[in-house]
Amino acid sequence: MKSRWQQLWRQLFLFGMLALFLAGCGRENLSALTPQGPVAEMQFSLMKLSALIMIGVFVVVILIFTYVLIRYRKRPGQDGIPKQVEGNHKLEILWTVIPFLLLIVMAVPTVTIAFDLSKEYTNKDALVVKVTAHQFWWEFEYPDLGISTAQDLYIPTGKKIQFDLTSADVMHAFWIPALGGKMDTNPGDSNKMWLQAEKPGIYYGKCAELCGASHALMDFKVNALEPAKFDEWATAMKSAESTPATASAQQGQQIFQKSCLGCHAIGAEGGKLAPNLTNFADRQRVAGILENNPENLDKWLADPQAVKPGNLMPNLNLKPEDRKALVDYMSTLKVYQP
Amino acid sequence: MSGHAHSHKRSGLWDWLTTVDHKKIGILYLIAGGFFFLIGGLEALLIRLQLIVPEADFVGAATFNELITMHGTTMIFLAVMPVIFALMNAIVPLQIGARDVAFPFVNALGFWLFFFGGVLLNTSWFLGGAPDAGWTSYTTLALKQYSGIGVDFYVLGLQIAGLGTLIGGINFLVTVINMRAPGMTFMRLPMFTWSAFVTSGLILFAFPAITVGLVLLMFERLFGANFFNPDAGGNVVIWEHIFWIFGHPEVYILILPAFGVISEVVSTFSKKRLFGYSSMVFATVMIGFLGFMVWAHHMFTTGLGPIANTLFGIATMLIAVPTGIKIFNWLFTMWGGQIRFTTANLFAVGFIPTFTIGGMTGVMLALPAADYQYHDSYFVVAHFHYVIVGGLVFGLFSGLYYWWPKMFGKMLNEKLGKWNFWTFFIGFHLTFFPQHFLGLMGMPRRVFTYLKNQDLDLGNFISSIGAIGMTIGTILFLANVVVAARSKKQAPADPWDARTLEWAIPSPAPEYNFAQTPLVRGLDALWVEKMAGNKGMTPAEPLGSIHMPSPSFLPFLMSIGLFIAGYGFIFEHHVFSVIGILIAFACMLMRSLKDDHGYHIEPDEIEEKGVKA
Repeated sequence: MKSRWQQLWRQLFLFGMLALFLAGCGRENLSALTPQGPVAEMQFSLMKLSALIMIGVFVVVILIFTYVLIRYRKRPGQDGIPKQVEGNHKLEILWTVIPFLLLIVMAVPTVTIAFDLSKEYTNKDALVVKVTAHQFWWEFEYPDLGISTAQDLYIPTGKKIQFDLTSADVMHAFWIPALGGKMDTNPGDSNKMWLQAEKPGIYYGKCAELCGASHALMDFKVNALEPAKFDEWATAMKSAESTPATASAQQGQQIFQKSCLGCHAIGAEGGKLAPNLTNFADRQRVAGILENNPENLDKWLADPQAVKPGNLMPNLNLKPEDRKALVDYMSTLKVYQP
Repeated sequence: MSGHAHSHKRSGLWDWLTTVDHKKIGILYLIAGGFFFLIGGLEALLIRLQLIVPEADFVGAATFNELITMHGTTMIFLAVMPVIFALMNAIVPLQIGARDVAFPFVNALGFWLFFFGGVLLNTSWFLGGAPDAGWTSYTTLALKQYSGIGVDFYVLGLQIAGLGTLIGGINFLVTVINMRAPGMTFMRLPMFTWSAFVTSGLILFAFPAITVGLVLLMFERLFGANFFNPDAGGNVVIWEHIFWIFGHPEVYILILPAFGVISEVVSTFSKKRLFGYSSMVFATVMIGFLGFMVWAHHMFTTGLGPIANTLFGIATMLIAVPTGIKIFNWLFTMWGGQIRFTTANLFAVGFIPTFTIGGMTGVMLALPAADYQYHDSYFVVAHFHYVIVGGLVFGLFSGLYYWWPKMFGKMLNEKLGKWNFWTFFIGFHLTFFPQHFLGLMGMPRRVFTYLKNQDLDLGNFISSIGAIGMTIGTILFLANVVVAARSKKQAPADPWDARTLEWAIPSPAPEYNFAQTPLVRGLDALWVEKMAGNKGMTPAEPLGSIHMPSPSFLPFLMSIGLFIAGYGFIFEHHVFSVIGILIAFACMLMRSLKDDHGYHIEPDEIEEKGVKA
């Protein structure tokens, strides 16, 4: 039995290490283990502190555990009754007090960081972004800049972003693991959270609260730009105008105005029920998940339910040539290329 | 149902439908709970199959949400709770030297309510779709405008099953308080009975919260009330509070009996008394108490603010202290002992490091700022499976291997049992260990798929492979049950050289449990007599006629009534709601007006005279 236990633990240990090394820490722009901003950094430091203390406790438990199992297993021919021990006050006090002390070590930074993260910044120190979650997409408004977008959130690096989070339908949760933890978006209410990105890049965002059939597909992207470039982007967004050049794209524009503008906005024109498409051609993904290219856009337009089950986009039943015109038009919706 | 002085010889199905014998009800709980465990396990397998590779298309998005909802709901309410009740029913009265529970009729009613509630919930698969708003059924998603008829099944099914659990809990509280044999003081109660007692107390205070929550949700969905709908002035967060005021104590309702089992098994197979018995009792009560103070740690990201978050966070961390006491007490129970690695003890020993890992991640989750990253990610999935499978299910397997001879009079096969343990143990760790990392690497929970190129493929693949190991383990257990049932060898009264009262009577226990109520002379009542050189327990009364409760068909009928009413409400055919409720009321009336004095077993009918070890 001894060798069996040792083997098992060796296997488990090796397996754990293997899992760690093979997987690394995950994608740099997605994983909470590769923090890319001060919030994620603070959270990561808390994780490391608590994990370290807990692993210390685990090691003590495992050492006693292994010793006991090897030393005190029943041997063949062993007779007699072991000493019946009632307890040991000193030991019992010891393993009551030590955990208390360890908890205090963890509790102090826990409290300070919790209060640091819940600070609310105004537009003096931060860029305010209003996030509205929808089944199954994200709406981003910049009240101080007077612009709105969807699915791709643009932020400047090195600056605090103060989020004002709510939902238009069910609860969702707004999560950009590499930049920081999540916060729920509650309909009829607003939650506040701040994040900051240090380096320019594309960070992956997720919905973390079960919100319906396509919960898993409710991804978004965060495009962090140098402050100067961010300002260029904001200016471009405000003055965005699409001028379809080809005949096909012009035909597509007409289809868009007839069939899409009721829900989708471009610039100041159009509805707010569905994602704002002003800078659609700049987006990373179609519908938040498919690579943004004409084939995928066509696939989405042909059957939105097949791509993202349960979403509210109706199937327009367009003829293939109309779909192509629409795709051509939407490919012209470029606002800013860094 | 007559009240005369002769024992009822009933057999076959009718016997099982009308029994009020706690031992038979225990077996009924085990069969029904085991059945639902297989259904929940099948759902888990489908979930892992869908997630084995990225962007898989094995089950659809909508079906997947039904699967996760039913997996969680089934496992918590319909699988592990009933198996806990199976052990409590089979063992607690025996451990305290009682002839039955305090309210045998109510005991049967509790079982049948649970059973029909569970069946009602599961028929949703065939009657318009299973619930799909998660086992937590958060409003808004659980509101009528966002989810289908499945959630109505959730509401009515859990309401009926929950009533059964609630009255079961009350029954065990009264049983432990009132039915203890002479000399069985509270501080001589075996640890499993203590944990059953505290768990029953938690049920008494926690289940009314879910009952109220489900009533509100029922009125919201069926009668157009607006408790939760924000468009009509409702509050979306209040459901979360109600649910977790129930839901967190529920976790301790589940784990405490497992702690009890481990305490019994580790002590018996180390041949030592439980180290620090009184601190174990204290820790159990403490965990039960603190369990009510920490519900908001499920809601750190709801937006309660830093004061509430840190208060609930620190209260949560405190639970680590009594839990740590337990872990060390088990280790020091084994210290200096003669440890026998039977299957029951393998599960108990395997429980210790596994549950420690679950407890560690529990403390990590208690830090609100860090929890913003863990919350609703696979890290949480890994954590609660370490606690509920690695803790509770290991504990239940351990308890089943340990008490099987007392319940059925047959021993489970040790060789098969060891295979059962190793496949399940290794499969479990393979499945859930990588999920910690998946969560930290950015995988939210309850996702029906994940996209490629996110570095999530390997962890998910390993996890799905591990599920096969757990499946094999479960099949081996079923095989073991069949082998044991077909074996002709009768189990001895005390196969493990154990310490507590239940081992003083034959296996399986006779109908009347103890021919003569035993006199308890210390903690580990049987061990005390063994050490004193006695052959068995000293009787506390002369051999006489034994008063037994009569069997009754009413609990079954009453539950059928509520079952029919449940469908009436779900499909809004209120004729059936009224008929069903009338059936239940008629049964209650009959029960109240008809005198039933039970019957007696006379000394000459008692097979074995005296109490034997």
